[in-house]
Amino acid sequence: MTLLNTKEDVLKSSPVARYQKIRSKIDLRSKISKNIFLLGLLFFAFIVLYPLYWMFISSFKSYDEIYNNVWSLPSVWHFENYITAWSQGISSYFFNSLFVTILTILLVVLIGSMAAYSLSRYKTKWINVALIFIIGGLMMNPQVALIPLFEILTWMNLINTHWALILTYVAYRLPLSIILIRAFFLSIPKELEESAIIDGCSEFGIYYRIYLPLSIPILITTVVLTAYFAWNEFLFSTVFIDSSALKTIPSGLMGFRDALRTDWGVLLAGMVIASIPMIILLILLQKYLVRGLSEGSVKG
Amino acid sequence: MLKRIKLVPMLFLLPTLLFLGVFVYIPIVQNFFNSFFDFSVFSQTKEFIGFRYFKELFEDKILMTSFANNIKYAVISVIFQVFFALILATILEDKLFRRIAPTLRVIYFIPVMISISVIALLFSFIYNPQMGLLNSFLELIGLESLAKPWLGNATTAIYAVIAMSQWQSVGFITMLFIVAIQKIPKDLYEAADIDGAGRIRMFFNITVPQVKETMFVNVLITVTGSMLVFNEPYILTNGGPGISSMTLSVHMYQLGFIKDNMGYASAVATLIFVVTAIFALIQIKVSGTGKDE
Repeated sequence: MTLLNTKEDVLKSSPVARYQKIRSKIDLRSKISKNIFLLGLLFFAFIVLYPLYWMFISSFKSYDEIYNNVWSLPSVWHFENYITAWSQGISSYFFNSLFVTILTILLVVLIGSMAAYSLSRYKTKWINVALIFIIGGLMMNPQVALIPLFEILTWMNLINTHWALILTYVAYRLPLSIILIRAFFLSIPKELEESAIIDGCSEFGIYYRIYLPLSIPILITTVVLTAYFAWNEFLFSTVFIDSSALKTIPSGLMGFRDALRTDWGVLLAGMVIASIPMIILLILLQKYLVRGLSEGSVKG
Repeated sequence: MLKRIKLVPMLFLLPTLLFLGVFVYIPIVQNFFNSFFDFSVFSQTKEFIGFRYFKELFEDKILMTSFANNIKYAVISVIFQVFFALILATILEDKLFRRIAPTLRVIYFIPVMISISVIALLFSFIYNPQMGLLNSFLELIGLESLAKPWLGNATTAIYAVIAMSQWQSVGFITMLFIVAIQKIPKDLYEAADIDGAGRIRMFFNITVPQVKETMFVNVLITVTGSMLVFNEPYILTNGGPGISSMTLSVHMYQLGFIKDNMGYASAVATLIFVVTAIFALIQIKVSGTGKDE
């Protein structure tokens, strides 16, 4: 049966048959377009995944194989690339990143939630000024502050220490984190704190016993966003840290490349190790990350 | 009692104000003043030279190339990230793909999560003239005439850098659009469906007007990001070959930390600040950040 009946055919048939014919025509059309779109989506997924797949597979290859057999699977799986990468520097970058990231997270969550608490609970002229000051911080970007920060950190004797990174990361993450946490704090019903005050709870107690426990979801969002930023930050870690022993993963990888020259398999293994924590974080906590990104609408 | 209540909010705000003051606001102001001085990292003194560096900005060939590259970056990123991402998000959110969409969303988002230095090193393999994936692929499909040293060629370098950025960031903007589309009331689409509207009409008459605000914010995020771009060109090409893939931030970095001309670098930074602050102000205004809701 052909799809395109002649006009007479259609007119001769019963209304039900006519309806079914039109229906099946529409179904077929939408099926074809569905498949075209599906192919497009899968093709794009392939473009995203293939380079990452290539990075993973090639990290098990020798230099000769990466160079000569670009597309093939490794003939011999060089698992030792990972051991070499780890022992030749990645482990130290990894733990430096871990240290810097964890301290940044702790400070951002603690200081940020305290500020958000003040901003959401009190309404005075000065609180408004502080709020504008903090929102204004969103407009400032690290590039513009780079040279003065270098001077200030030199003056503080912090160049070439992890604190140069931690303190600046905290400062640049606070505005967005505070705005997110404050919005959440504002939604906490006032009755809760009123009854707490009647029960004799102190100001600090309300913050610590009521606001913080109720806000776990937004605090997780803040943790994920801060982790994402601190783990991947490149400019400050390149400029403020000189010593290879103190470098974090993003800047460390650059030195790694220069030191290795042709040991591409080892470099690729290092790149894979550097990416794994964030991919795990994404898969475990994607809903928190997405909420933070969309509510903050600020590029990391 | 009264005193204690007033003290607590200020105490709670104090660390934040200190952090922002010392590491965000003072540097921005100091940068502005620095651009009137001539100094180097090693010199103890700064020599006042007035507006000389601001005048030099207008005659700086590297700066002009950089600025043009930033603009190229912005235009391509807006087309690709904002428009392509909106279409991608619309298709993903269509009920036809309800089952596969969550998996695809995560896949598209993976590059966003990976450190830019890993991405840039990966792309230096992809663009490698001898063994790179891109040239090998062109050879595979019989287009080896198109193969070139993508990063070593002055005309293609900046586009190769921009292409990598799109590959990494499109998932990010797509995710913002998905969140916006999910907030659109479902009955709008149902009503349109009953009226017999096709998907394309629904896209233009419902989706686009409903996500207009998100779209505008995404344009601003993308443009601001393009004006600041540093990591991608710095790692992939270091602004080269020659000055063909320079951006404002790379220029500033090289002036300050390679050529040790801190004063002039500060003038470039001031220019970056002015350009981005305008976009940031509009963004804060539009997105209503800090509004009580």
